[in-house]
Amino acid sequence: MTQLDLAPASPARKRDWRPRIARHATLAALIALVAFNFAFTNHFASLQTLYVNLTQVATIVIVGVGMTLVIATGGIDLSVGSLMAISGALAPIIFLGKIAPIGEIHLAVGVAMIVAVLVAGAFGWFNGWLITRFRIQPIIATLVLFIAGRGIAQVSTNGNLQPFKVPAFQWIGLGRWLGAPVQVVIMLVLVVAAMWALKSSLFGRQILAIGGNERAARLSGVPVASVKRWVYCISGLCSGIAGLVVIAINSSSDANLVGMGMELDAIAAVAVGGTLLSGGRATIWGTLLGALIIQLVRYTLLANGVPDDVAKLVKAGLIVAAVWLQGRGRT
Amino acid sequence: MIDATAPLLSMRAINKAFGGIPALSEASLEVGQAEVHALIGQNGAGKSTMIKILTGYVARDSGEIAFDGSAFEARSPQDAQAKGISTIYQEINLVPYRSVTENICLGRESRRFGLLDWSAMHAEARALLSRFQVDIDVRRPLMRFSTATQQMVTIARAIGFKARLVIMDEPTSSLDEREVKVLFDVIRQLKTSGVSVIFVSHKLDELYAVCDRVTIMRDGRTVRVADMKDVNKVELVASMLGRDIAQVAKSATAFGGRASHIGDVVLEATRLNAGHKVHDVSFSVRKGEIVGFAGLLGSGRTETVRLVFGADPLRSGGFAIDGKAFAPREPIDAIARGVGFASEDRKLEGIIPDMSVAENLTLALLPQLTRAGVVDATKQRAVVENFIRSLGIKCASPDQPIRELSGGNQQKVLLARWLAMSPALLLLDEPTRGIDVGAKAEIQRIIKQLAEDGLGVLMISSELEEVIEGSDRVFVLREGRNVAELSHDQASEAAVMSAMAHGETEAALGERAP
Repeated sequence: MTQLDLAPASPARKRDWRPRIARHATLAALIALVAFNFAFTNHFASLQTLYVNLTQVATIVIVGVGMTLVIATGGIDLSVGSLMAISGALAPIIFLGKIAPIGEIHLAVGVAMIVAVLVAGAFGWFNGWLITRFRIQPIIATLVLFIAGRGIAQVSTNGNLQPFKVPAFQWIGLGRWLGAPVQVVIMLVLVVAAMWALKSSLFGRQILAIGGNERAARLSGVPVASVKRWVYCISGLCSGIAGLVVIAINSSSDANLVGMGMELDAIAAVAVGGTLLSGGRATIWGTLLGALIIQLVRYTLLANGVPDDVAKLVKAGLIVAAVWLQGRGRT
Repeated sequence: MIDATAPLLSMRAINKAFGGIPALSEASLEVGQAEVHALIGQNGAGKSTMIKILTGYVARDSGEIAFDGSAFEARSPQDAQAKGISTIYQEINLVPYRSVTENICLGRESRRFGLLDWSAMHAEARALLSRFQVDIDVRRPLMRFSTATQQMVTIARAIGFKARLVIMDEPTSSLDEREVKVLFDVIRQLKTSGVSVIFVSHKLDELYAVCDRVTIMRDGRTVRVADMKDVNKVELVASMLGRDIAQVAKSATAFGGRASHIGDVVLEATRLNAGHKVHDVSFSVRKGEIVGFAGLLGSGRTETVRLVFGADPLRSGGFAIDGKAFAPREPIDAIARGVGFASEDRKLEGIIPDMSVAENLTLALLPQLTRAGVVDATKQRAVVENFIRSLGIKCASPDQPIRELSGGNQQKVLLARWLAMSPALLLLDEPTRGIDVGAKAEIQRIIKQLAEDGLGVLMISSELEEVIEGSDRVFVLREGRNVAELSHDQASEAAVMSAMAHGETEAALGERAP
């Protein structure tokens, strides 16, 4: 009781259930979905179903990790899908030896991956630079690469489809590591790293401080511009990795299709996960759950014979529900 | 002028509380026909709440408003405008990208056969503006013109709406001297054409130049109504601050006696210039000294202090810290040289509401608690607990969100944010504003203790008592200039108020008198 006395009585205390529901709604929804599937979907309880769902959700989560950090600063990144296309276009050009043939295939693949991801990261950094240097709103600044980025990918491949069969590279999308799909491992590594960074690193604290009150953060010596540039750079790097995973699964790179609509999926995962879209509060764990829910809803509907278009409507409904709960959860 | 006995506007016994805290109690305001009426008071005195109630922004709790002889009720600013009361704000709130004509006629466009009658509208805009000798191309977008011209457009718009009463909220704050003269001519014209004006300003000279009468508010009450010719500036200031002009006796704050160990100069600021608000301001702060900045609202105190912290750009002038040149471009530069700054606006520029007490407290210190990018949680905990104990911060736990703390405890956390850095100089902008009496005394004691421990403190306060009793030296700012430097012994309430009002102390006035 003494603890409560110290805090000013807020009207929200009387309706305590709403923030609590908001906090755990994502997890509850996921559990409900899984339970439903166990009961009604044939062959749901198999390792294969788990892996199918996890491999499909991995790219959304990988991009969603970067997106969560961006949104935590109070920004948004619309360019992620286009950056995936750039990375996806660049990697085959390198490992297929179109610029300069590299004899050793493993070396070629290594160089291709690193360069492709770094280039995507550099474009992300460019987003941050636009935002901080010219004080452009993030939604507009990243719109630049949302439009131009896919163009860059198309131009660099002359608009052609790049088919390939390079197992050394495709390992990132088709391989297994300790029995688990490689991209799922990458996803989990990124999730854990980002969760740790937000909680325990200086960088993470500064991200949340900027999102929570940018003016106060600046007046407390937080290097706002540099933190933001890094955050957009990280979002770019994540997109770059996701781009590689997608083309590896497809055995081809199509600049017109890689990462199409990814920005919306990633933002939806972040929103459903419970991260505050205005910044200052973020949960990577929530983003993971949010992406899983969206994926599982789609899977459930498809597995039970509901067409994909309807699944999209359900996805939209989920986002509305999540944002509504968020609004309730805040006092 | 026409009939002084029947006022155009009469607001009586107005009460308004926000969340249980009274903003207005039994406040009143009366404006005569064709009268220019000054409305003045300190921050939080209730002027803007009064205006917001009149123009329908907020609803009053109780009280009567009569306008032009009948009961008046505005549901929104648009409604008030339609009923003859127009407001002109500090920041022009028109549509910058649209033409002057559109801005003047917005909301009452002339139509012909369902289409806009542009030629009629342009002609009307030109006619309205020509009354103020403003001759501009009314088809160009508003933002192409100077602030002064934009203001004329706003006034023309008000006249176009057949306003009987025009409210001007600090209209001169972004105008230069020549533009102010033009504005005053316009105000006089309005008056001769039978329009009344409520003129809100902190520049006392301006009140004497254009106003007929003045209403002074303090703490939500109307404390004085007078003809301008019957009051002098010191009386105006005294009424705003709640001081009896004869009362010079010093009452006790928690500051206690004088500092005994004033050391070398920590900060030397020379001829600072910036924006509209700071002109040639010089001052210094020594180790172990509390320097007070006194001045009315808009005198440039906050703007000056923010320059020291690198929060706003400096046009010319320079600083030295411990004798070495110092040119902060960002707050981070100032922090690196041992300067801390607590803003007057805790909510907007101080706390990060969603973060915990611990995270808020260590925000500035965090880089020093970090090794290889990782925050040392144990060290952080130790620092936080140390300050919670030594400053007596009342919170359920260090992990409690700071927004749940009282104002006084939030302020202590923000002080601790800087103290944790072991600064050499602390800039405090209204450190005790909005804090209850008990916590206020505690914070004053902490500040005093810090100075005794050798810290240089620069403190802005609008409370005369605080700035006079707390400071070893007081600088008085007025309209962006440093007009007086008073030692603790010279800094009587009379001397400070007179400098705030005239720009000179009474002693200096006396010397000049024949």
